[in-house]
Amino acid sequence: MANKTTNKPPKTPFLKTARKHWMLLLMLAPAVIYVLVFSYIPMTGIVLAFKNYQYSGGIYGSPWNGLSNFKALLTAGKLWQVTRNTFLYNVAFIFLGVIFEMGSAILLNELLSKIFKKITQSLMFLPYFISWVVAGAIMYNIFNYERGVFNHILNAFGAGSFDLYNTPDAWPFVIIFLKLWKQTGYGSIVYLAAITGLDQEMFEAASIDGASAWQKIRYLTIPSLVPTMMILVLMAIGNIFRGDFGLFYQTVRSSALLEPSTNVIDTYVFRLLIDNGNIGVSAAAGLYQSVLCFITINICNTLVKRANPDYALY
Amino acid sequence: MPVKRKIGKDVLSVNIVGGILIGLFALVCLMPFYLIIIASFTEETSLIRNGYPLIPTDFSIQSYLLCLKNPIAIVRAYGTTISVTLIGTSLSVFLATMTGYVLSRKDFPWRNQFSFFFFFTTLFSGGLVPWYMLCVRYLHFKNSYIGLILPLMFSVWNMIIAKSFMAGIPAEISESAKIDGANDITIFIKLILPLSKPLLATLGLFAALAYWNDWYNCMLYVTDENMFTLQYYLQRVLGSAEAMRIVAEKSGMALPSVPLESMKMAMTVIATGPIVLLYPFVQRYFVKGLTIGAVKG
Repeated sequence: MANKTTNKPPKTPFLKTARKHWMLLLMLAPAVIYVLVFSYIPMTGIVLAFKNYQYSGGIYGSPWNGLSNFKALLTAGKLWQVTRNTFLYNVAFIFLGVIFEMGSAILLNELLSKIFKKITQSLMFLPYFISWVVAGAIMYNIFNYERGVFNHILNAFGAGSFDLYNTPDAWPFVIIFLKLWKQTGYGSIVYLAAITGLDQEMFEAASIDGASAWQKIRYLTIPSLVPTMMILVLMAIGNIFRGDFGLFYQTVRSSALLEPSTNVIDTYVFRLLIDNGNIGVSAAAGLYQSVLCFITINICNTLVKRANPDYALY
Repeated sequence: MPVKRKIGKDVLSVNIVGGILIGLFALVCLMPFYLIIIASFTEETSLIRNGYPLIPTDFSIQSYLLCLKNPIAIVRAYGTTISVTLIGTSLSVFLATMTGYVLSRKDFPWRNQFSFFFFFTTLFSGGLVPWYMLCVRYLHFKNSYIGLILPLMFSVWNMIIAKSFMAGIPAEISESAKIDGANDITIFIKLILPLSKPLLATLGLFAALAYWNDWYNCMLYVTDENMFTLQYYLQRVLGSAEAMRIVAEKSGMALPSVPLESMKMAMTVIATGPIVLLYPFVQRYFVKGLTIGAVKG
């Protein structure tokens, strides 16, 4: 080690930097320790995926069992289903999320009536305030077969009742709707913050040149929001194989009938761990998920970097 | 006074289209809350007979009285949630802003390395199982308040928001204070934090929402009924009410005389209540506080 450092002419004055900025390092310390304990140390726990977990041995003392956890995962036969569900739901969330969030931010920004803007913005943000438990209760209120408001309305129009909790095919629409309902208000504020940070002179100049309001949206606002969008989309792509656990767990509950269309990797891992207590296999499923996410985000980030380095996340 | 401009046709059409779309979406956002609230104020017999109402009928506060008749569990859950939210939010905001401030300091040569050290945890994780094992076996989170506070205390996302906001505060403020002999912690607390009110409001709201709405950690770590958080308590109430209804239906017994349906809705309103009232106080800071920026730089 000593040889290496002496070979390089501009010595990195490691200790000198550390001494000079010791107080900044001290301020970083709590977060660094936190992340070490709650993120980096658990990363070493992925060895569990290759172990036959025994209580007495703990994470590091249990005997190795090669790939048999992964074999068990494959023979369980659900892996493809949950992977496909997680991926497709997230693609829909990302795609529609951008349209809804950016769209409402742009429209909110154009509204002339301040009061209308303030009220609607507050209302749109309201769903973000509730937990998925409450959202689940709301779902029950609306879609309950015997007493739900939805069937109320259907019956009033002479249509028959609709039993959502027995119709797996309808769930993708419900889940996507719920997600957009809960997320759009929050997401639109992120874009709105970006819009307020834009150079106003640019818009004034465009007005003087005779650009219409629609043209300004099309040629000025939307292109200026692309950097913000890229950060959000790339971050979402990094989680494209992670399901929103609360959304799926609290609204679907444990219904075997709905499982094919609503089971995602996260609910699958959770049930393996908590209900079946199958630590090795659930760790294997978790590792599979993390590796998939990691590969996807690296590929996407590299592609983006090649196209335009400014938009890359890292 | 600004000169009143003539509103062009294009501006008008944007406003009409925008007004209609935004107005409709806002209504869709409001509607479920309205439905829950009126259902909670409806008489149980009417709910059973006619279903959940669209317009208020058979007004009754019976369900609330029933919820509050045996208030110990609710009061306890409120106590747990409020204390966890207050402690957790303060710690979480302090941690995110302090870390964000250091990483926003251009004179700190290792800022990019540390940024990536934090950011990497959003790219790769050990997954639920090792994390859960660590918390239960080695950190003893079972039935401890630590288990309700620590898991939500630090979020890389909030740290990035803090960093981006603080990068917008002129570096001269820190530099000149440094020349005057102030140390970094003093600069952060005495100068930077007072300039960061929009950020504090934004992060404070996020953290408060995360803690208030947490049922997940409670479900994972708490088995002691006296320590249930409000949301987990609600989840249990909804679940047990549902279980009672199914048993009653299957066995053909009459439903218990407890107004289950309206009580569920009343509990939902009680569990959501206070946090929604927080919003008007922080709303004016919101757009200013929520700037996101790059990880690097």
